[in-house]
Amino acid sequence: MADIASPTAETRSWYKRNEIAVTPWLFLLPGIAFFALYVIIPIFQSFWISFYEWDGLGEKVWVGTAHYERLLGGDRKFEVSFWNNIKWLFLYLLAIPGGLFIALLLNQTVRGIRLYKSLFFFPFVISQVVVGLVFSWFYLPNDGLFDIIVGTFGIDIKGGVLGNPNTATYGIIAAGLWPQTAYCMILYLTGLNAVDPEQVEAARLDGAKGWKMLWYVILPQLKPATFIAFVVTIIGALRSFDFIAVMTNGGPFGSTRVLSFYMFEESLSEFGFRMGYGAAIAVVLFFIMLFFITYFLYSMYRDEKGAR
Amino acid sequence: MFPTPIEKTSRSWQLTYQALLPATLIIWLLPLIAVAIFSIKPAGDFAEGNFWGLPSSFEFFNNYGRVFFDSDMPRYLMNSFLITVPTVIGAVALSAMTGFALGVYKFKGNLLIFFMFIAGNFVPFQILMVPVRDLTVSMNLYDTKLGLILFHVAFQTGFCTLFMRNFIRALPFPLIEAARVEGVAEWRIFVFVVMPLMKPALAALAVLIFTFIWNDYFWAIVLTQGPDAQPVTAGITSFNSQFRAAYHLMSAGSIVAALPPVAMFFLMQKHFIAGLTLGAVK
Repeated sequence: MADIASPTAETRSWYKRNEIAVTPWLFLLPGIAFFALYVIIPIFQSFWISFYEWDGLGEKVWVGTAHYERLLGGDRKFEVSFWNNIKWLFLYLLAIPGGLFIALLLNQTVRGIRLYKSLFFFPFVISQVVVGLVFSWFYLPNDGLFDIIVGTFGIDIKGGVLGNPNTATYGIIAAGLWPQTAYCMILYLTGLNAVDPEQVEAARLDGAKGWKMLWYVILPQLKPATFIAFVVTIIGALRSFDFIAVMTNGGPFGSTRVLSFYMFEESLSEFGFRMGYGAAIAVVLFFIMLFFITYFLYSMYRDEKGAR
Repeated sequence: MFPTPIEKTSRSWQLTYQALLPATLIIWLLPLIAVAIFSIKPAGDFAEGNFWGLPSSFEFFNNYGRVFFDSDMPRYLMNSFLITVPTVIGAVALSAMTGFALGVYKFKGNLLIFFMFIAGNFVPFQILMVPVRDLTVSMNLYDTKLGLILFHVAFQTGFCTLFMRNFIRALPFPLIEAARVEGVAEWRIFVFVVMPLMKPALAALAVLIFTFIWNDYFWAIVLTQGPDAQPVTAGITSFNSQFRAAYHLMSAGSIVAALPPVAMFFLMQKHFIAGLTLGAVK
């Protein structure tokens, strides 16, 4: 009986016999090749370049850990950038409660609400370069709307918001919060849509309302949305570059630099390319990010295991 | 529903809400309303310090005319299209394949490869900058659109794979098994069974990637220079140095630069939001 099937099995080609095992790798090949060439391998190359002195064209000169010693041994620009990154990280998180607040405001079914939702989301679609430009006009000293408004309260910021080293970074972060809040809002709106109406009704019958309802009934159900909002906001904060490049170009007196901007400046500076030093800064930034990436991946991995 | 539906609340709160909504929207969009008004003002208004008042004359055609006929703006716009569209096609095609492989097949290393794509997608751009720039220069692709496209396709494949794989996972698996029992070849399952079901995911990714790539600034200034290859986000800065302090023209230029993704968003809103909020609901 068994030998009825065997002749056909032998005449089938190797590919046919191993189709299910081979196909995924064929499908993965172009994607993995591209991703490895442009993303995975460059990460390791950056580590390697950070141990060299290199102007991007000539010979690389091995300097060992000299770049890291310089970075951590009192490079003032690096310290300013690092602390600015910390400010970005914390203040950018305000986008999450801000987005939740607007989402709660808009989670109604009145006429035209769909249009309202898309108009509130609008800032996220516009390029950060344009948003940065618009805010820099808004912050203009004397002529800017912000200066005029705070001026009526008798506050005078010397040199304008972006011209004053004490306020410039906060001004840029505020500009960044605008699109980011819109992003968090849309995440929460989608989340609110999926909140179980029966649970809300049951909680209402039990007398829960307002803050209590939000905290104990709604927010736990919004956990997936909060997680994603957290991920995109942290990554957005550490990636901040466009706003700084457009609004202040690192100034005034280098007070708005962040690591990503400082790295760019060192690597492609007008006074000769210092790729090695730039790479070392990028490595530091990478390790800060890695801390979060590990946490994100761990959470996703846990969910993935739970789904099986 | 939370908060309490407005129909079930007191009359006075209903009226307050109806008034509150447009008021907050205007405050929220104030920066945009301001540029829109800036872009139709005559140059004289800014010289006289009339920044935030009403325009003294309507200069829409004049200002936008100069953006289109008196600057490199049309070239930058064209570059942006020529960079964005191939990137969208490339990234969506590659990730449809990787997503299919990771979503349908069980094999050793599946989850590892999947997490490699996600992790790569999260890294700061700066750690890729020096090597990618070097690679692009050595392939003779520095300051070309192709150099920028190749990088974008590769990088976006990370995010797109995450998206596609999760989407394919949610498809009814018995459909694929039924096709296998019928003896359909695996690649034909991909083309004729899975692809048609993936249309919403393809659309969502396409609009999302379009917006991301159109708005990219960092890689545009790292891998290109000058109006031959630079997209509009980078072009706007040289446009601004051409028209320094000419706020009416800078505003008109900014609006033109921002318009395509905005149009894309309003036309494909449903897909856009579906793509962006992937995973926000379990």
